[in-house]
Amino acid sequence: MELLLDSLFNGVAIGSVLLVAALGLAIVFGLMGVINLAHGELMMLGAYTTYVTQLIFKLPILKPFYNSYIIVSIFLAFIVSGVVGILLEKTIIRKLYGSPLETLLATWGVSLILQQFVRSVPLAYGTGLVISLLIGLFLPTTFPSKIKESINFKYFKFSSWIFASLTGVLTGSVISSSVSKLSRASARNVDVTAPSWMRGQVEIIGTAFPKTRLMIIVITLISVIAITLFLNQSAWGMRIRAVTQNRQMSDCLGISTEKVDIITFGIGSGLAGVAGVAVSLLGSVGPNVGGNYIVGCFMVVVLGGVGNLLGTVLASFGIGIMTDLIGAGRLLSIWPDMPLPLSNTINFFATTSMARVMIFALIVIFLQFKPTGLFPQKGRMVEN
Amino acid sequence: MRISRRILAGLATASLAVTATSCGGGGTSGSFDDTVTVGILHSLSGTMAISESTLVDTEKMAIEEINAAGGVTVGGKSYKIEYIVEDGASDWPTFAEKSKKLIDQDGVPVVFGGWTSASRKAMLPVYESKDAFLYYPIQYEAQECSNNIFYTGATPNQQSEPATDFMYKRSPAAGGDFFLVGSDYVFPRTSNTITKAQVKQLGGKVVGEDYLPLGNTEVAPIISKIKKALPEGGIIINTLNGDQNVAFFKQIQDAGITPSSGYYVMNYSIAEEEISTIGPEFLEGHYGAWNYMMSIDTPASKKFAASFKKRWGADRVVADPQESAYNMVYLWKQAVEDAGTFDDNAVREALVGQKFDAPQGPVEVMPNHHLSQTVRIGEINAEGGFTILEETGVVLPQAWNQKHPSSKGFACDWTDPSKGEKYKL
Repeated sequence: MELLLDSLFNGVAIGSVLLVAALGLAIVFGLMGVINLAHGELMMLGAYTTYVTQLIFKLPILKPFYNSYIIVSIFLAFIVSGVVGILLEKTIIRKLYGSPLETLLATWGVSLILQQFVRSVPLAYGTGLVISLLIGLFLPTTFPSKIKESINFKYFKFSSWIFASLTGVLTGSVISSSVSKLSRASARNVDVTAPSWMRGQVEIIGTAFPKTRLMIIVITLISVIAITLFLNQSAWGMRIRAVTQNRQMSDCLGISTEKVDIITFGIGSGLAGVAGVAVSLLGSVGPNVGGNYIVGCFMVVVLGGVGNLLGTVLASFGIGIMTDLIGAGRLLSIWPDMPLPLSNTINFFATTSMARVMIFALIVIFLQFKPTGLFPQKGRMVEN
Repeated sequence: MRISRRILAGLATASLAVTATSCGGGGTSGSFDDTVTVGILHSLSGTMAISESTLVDTEKMAIEEINAAGGVTVGGKSYKIEYIVEDGASDWPTFAEKSKKLIDQDGVPVVFGGWTSASRKAMLPVYESKDAFLYYPIQYEAQECSNNIFYTGATPNQQSEPATDFMYKRSPAAGGDFFLVGSDYVFPRTSNTITKAQVKQLGGKVVGEDYLPLGNTEVAPIISKIKKALPEGGIIINTLNGDQNVAFFKQIQDAGITPSSGYYVMNYSIAEEEISTIGPEFLEGHYGAWNYMMSIDTPASKKFAASFKKRWGADRVVADPQESAYNMVYLWKQAVEDAGTFDDNAVREALVGQKFDAPQGPVEVMPNHHLSQTVRIGEINAEGGFTILEETGVVLPQAWNQKHPSSKGFACDWTDPSKGEKYKL
């Protein structure tokens, strides 16, 4: 019983890391069909946001709230990655809808740029830049419609960008002068330390579980529930689903597909940021952190069935449980006196490297029989 | 004095470099008779850049020190050392390509370079076919002995073997079972083969072994295996690389695998630089084994650390790979001065037997092109350094490991033409 519980928990823990990382991609790639190779780097931005937040909360004014920095950073990471995602959509991806190969190359280029960016720009000024983007992109949308429709709107837009850049530079220099660790560029990996209440283990029914793992499971669950509610219950969610199924028809019926694209992409990117917070709790934060997850993300989305959130959820937990079953050689402990050839085979695959090989092989075999994944999109899709 | 064509070419490029872009190092000084240009080849971009750039810094510092003390004196003439830095870009074929460039185009008499075994394996054929010289500064798995490479890092019998011995006999977990964890590439696998043979000799038991594919940070299955194999605590030998250590130590601490519950990790790839990245709060109480540790309390060691901090910033640290890199520049200088020429064969002969008072203590170049070194076992402390617990005398290097089944009974000796790369003892 204890063994089963332990195994199940491990599987769920591994699966939830995969799921939280793949959730944003399930939306961007699954719903919009954009092959975003910069998804991993949006995660990386989320992870760096956690690091910056952690350091800022160490400042004397915020020190009393230090323990809650991780909660704050979840929201900040969503905003940071979301804003960068929106900028990406507005400048690059929008022009490339319907041409997957070009999108693939362009987003790969973006991923390299983002990696080099965090290596060579001091994080304080990086933060300033994100704040500029945030203000520059959103301030004009808050103007009353009278100004928006006026012919001089472009001047208003221009001046709000100037205001945004000034604020950005100011924030950058304030952070840079108050937190010395953020004032210099460094390619070195940095470390996010979970607040003390999140370290160590809790005991549930006689088995000890690491708290950070539980936290990641909670973050994942909340993200999945929130995104499901948003897609199925809200007006914008309905528009997103409509555009996904039939772009031209939705356009004709008065849905602003442009806005829908921005929102969808922004949410997908924001979720990547949340995933960044989660993975920063497990390992170190560095320019390459996203690259480690990107293949796994695509694997989960394809296995689950493109365009289906439930598929992504089941695929992640499926892979998680399989990883633990094979990688830790669980079958041997369940059935200790199995025939020798069988136990030797299981032992052979019971290493992390071989478990990975085995799982990829199983997925390839599975996709031979069901090329569209666990839950293929039902009904008639309009081909682009 | 016979001046080889390579030197002439080197001088030509050096003077060109000085007049054109000054890509060489240091300020100018009029007191030298001539200049000699050496090659520095490490990754300045890509995943290895973080580690390898510290070696470039150290090598530059050693060259500047030598120049400040009057340069290299060869045949009565004083030479100022200039350097050309090339970027291996964490990409192994690039290392081979840049080596060719340094040898053929720039005509350097020596290249200081490399970090990963993969980069060394890629460069080796280049240096052998051109009969050029590479100095390689990293502790590695050995099982190699080239006539064209000088290895200034530790071989397994100068690091992992004394460490395993310490863990089994004298650590708080003495007599316990072993679990081996490593990244999935050549160094951890070779090192663990040696450790397994040694543990068997000592009468201990290796109860498990697992390798994490490079880039993977999911440690959960390994943790469940460790808990299953060592329910009451024991010895963990860790050869994980780089970032994977961060994931490993964060997650094992959360899972209760800590020194206070009887689990002691001996690390072969964690030096002062890595401790500060991972965070001492995750590493305190675990162990490391190196030839050089920053906490060595001798004037030479203190001077080395102080000059590095003075040159590159007070928050910088020095560690074992940097010390090896520092030593190799000085050893090359001594050998060239003894040989009285930059000529390859003469320098190779002069280098064997060179002694140097390194920051770690005295080192000597052995006939198998490796160094005799001191081995130290340290416990990681809360300040991010090592508390040195044990110190061996000078340990001779074994290029062919005497515990590895494939190389037992073999050795390497380049001073005797009848012996060479691999001969039976």
